[in-house]
Amino acid sequence: MVAPSEYVYLDHAATTPLCEQARVAMEPLLASGERARPPSFGNPSGSHALARIATRALDEARERVAAVLGCAPGEVVFTSGGTEADNLAVTGGMPPRPGVPVCGATEHPAVLEPVRALDGVEVAVDAAGRVLPDALAGTLERLGGGTGRRASVVSVMCANNELGTINDLDALAAVVHEHAPGVPLHSDAVQAAPWLDLSVAARAADLVSVSAHKLGGPKGVGALVVRAGSMLSALIHGGGQERGRRGGTPDLAGIVGFAAALEATASQRCSQAARVAALRDELAAELELLEAVSPTVGTTGAAVLPGHLHLLVEGVSAEELLLLLEQRGVCASAGSSCASGAAAGSHVVEAIGVTGRDRAPLRISLGATTTRREIRAAADALRWALARLAERGGSPVLEART
Amino acid sequence: MRVLVALSGGVDSSVAAAELVEQGHEVVAATMKLWGGESDTGCCSVGDVEDARRSAAQLGIDHHVFNYTEEFDRHVVAPYAADHAAGLTPNPCVECNRHLKFDLFMRRADLLGFDAIATGHHARIGRGAGGSLRIRRGADAAKDQSYVLHPLLDGPLERVLFPIGHLEKSEVRERAARLGLRTAAKPDSQDVCFITRRDGRRSFLAERIELHPGQVLDTEGGSVGSVDAVELVTIGQRRGLDLAGGGSRRFVTSVDVEGRVVTVGSEADLLVGHVTIGDVRLAHGIDPACIDGKDLAAQTSAHGAAQPARLSFHGAEPGTTVVRWRSPHRAVAPGQSVVVYDGDEVVASGVVSGT
Repeated sequence: MVAPSEYVYLDHAATTPLCEQARVAMEPLLASGERARPPSFGNPSGSHALARIATRALDEARERVAAVLGCAPGEVVFTSGGTEADNLAVTGGMPPRPGVPVCGATEHPAVLEPVRALDGVEVAVDAAGRVLPDALAGTLERLGGGTGRRASVVSVMCANNELGTINDLDALAAVVHEHAPGVPLHSDAVQAAPWLDLSVAARAADLVSVSAHKLGGPKGVGALVVRAGSMLSALIHGGGQERGRRGGTPDLAGIVGFAAALEATASQRCSQAARVAALRDELAAELELLEAVSPTVGTTGAAVLPGHLHLLVEGVSAEELLLLLEQRGVCASAGSSCASGAAAGSHVVEAIGVTGRDRAPLRISLGATTTRREIRAAADALRWALARLAERGGSPVLEART
Repeated sequence: MRVLVALSGGVDSSVAAAELVEQGHEVVAATMKLWGGESDTGCCSVGDVEDARRSAAQLGIDHHVFNYTEEFDRHVVAPYAADHAAGLTPNPCVECNRHLKFDLFMRRADLLGFDAIATGHHARIGRGAGGSLRIRRGADAAKDQSYVLHPLLDGPLERVLFPIGHLEKSEVRERAARLGLRTAAKPDSQDVCFITRRDGRRSFLAERIELHPGQVLDTEGGSVGSVDAVELVTIGQRRGLDLAGGGSRRFVTSVDVEGRVVTVGSEADLLVGHVTIGDVRLAHGIDPACIDGKDLAAQTSAHGAAQPARLSFHGAEPGTTVVRWRSPHRAVAPGQSVVVYDGDEVVASGVVSGT
């Protein structure tokens, strides 16, 4: 068995290690007992001196986050993570906005599930998992025409979490303005944030979700950018924190770590994106030589995040492929998993027209810490796994569902 | 040995894993996620998976979850419904063992380089006369599960371990308690795992197959009542028939699903001298000549007792045999497994095709 420290971690789209800058920034806020100094434990909602010190730290973090995301500090609502930010954006708070939420069929469950809970509409995607402007226009037209129903929000992710493909939010915003004027455009930018400059990529969205732990920050922190003029109430009601849009004492240490990670990411973005994309392309070129392996969105010409490599592997179940890779110390993903921890079918892969389990989806996602050695190990592991499957035979794969 | 143990989240399999660890094997655990719907332990069995995961952590072994929901639906749930529609009485635990535990799970263990698989079944594997490996009854007669393991009787027994088969259930619980396993006091699983106590078999089947009302006739052909779903009636059944008039106890003696007729009679009408079984399989090292006519015992349900019987291959269709009861035996519903024992060894099995 491989020791945990020796694992080759290629699942950065699921989460990525805490970066040094975030750890250093958070450390003073995690001091305990007598060593605890302001602003480590003050509650920013209070009025006394220690509370004010905490408030200042929160304000500073908010300004730093806003600067990277390209918005005003007052437009940043800190949340418990990407899922809460998505839920807040889709519902508009509690009670929800009137109307019908609209989203792409390949959205993360954090968007898809609240949309479904509100009896919303899903827009079909292209073969790369993207929402095309014409498809969105058609959906908004149908929704308006005759049914008397009105969109409450349009939610299209900046980049897909499984495939890594990037949506053209500028074009989609133009469609919303034309066909559903006044309806906010939300974008889940959780996957895009480590790689794209959101002040450009998501400038057209009224609401933007970001998660700290995908870019070197701590888990349990995220933000929703709420551009001025967007109507939003709170989903979590409480003491009026975050300008009444998110009740509850903020996780100051987490937020400070988030700000530090976001700044570190932004400062290294260009060089990291180029370095990681080169490693990814090298791995893709090598793996695609294997007969059983094909690139999932390879022929669509879609732009893909630098860290994502999504492949289809013939004649094997995703679960067995991942188990074999793990035996060689490689941690990758099939794209999604269910509450029990079992691999589950992917709604994203299904939405782009790949059905059944005769082709296993394999998501390899690279991050800031990925090295060439790890890429070599992944290629070796996949070759070994396919050879082992050929030699022993895997479980019979159920035919494609019709 | 490298052993992959199937950990269900119950007490038996967690103690089985503990036994293997104690014996010095390199042990990895896996929980098969079989049913994606509601069960008595919650949706998607998340609670059972958690118990399994925590037990594995307590034992210091790695734990995986294998998602077999589609395979379970295909090999166990769908046939369970189809068999009812065809008037058969299926045993889903047998099918699960046949297709999931001792086929897919075993193949995966092989792929991943394990030498053997283990489960928490109350059964043993031992050498029979002539040295062949046989399934034997578990030490705890009340908990013995050799009946539902019969699909394995001619399988790769050298790669299967039943680490708690030599223990009484009370000893299993004692060991779990001593190890501080959270499963120690967990109640035993009951009945069919994918049917909830709340909704029951009827509503489960009604969602999957068409249920038809039927007439209930006595042995002379006189109408004595009706049932609202002939598919739910089984030979030997006494309760839930809602028959007119009192009198002696009446049992279902035959079910004609297509004709929508259930026939009832006295207990004596239910008794038969033999039963014909198909899909006959013999344990390793057994050939028909050596057990034909021998004094054996046959068991017709998971919790029933084996009754003295002899097998008669002579004149039977290929792949079938006749089980002759030493004294008259209640008729067994088509679709049920008959498992034949020589002492405590499983020597043959088959499925009732007709009486």
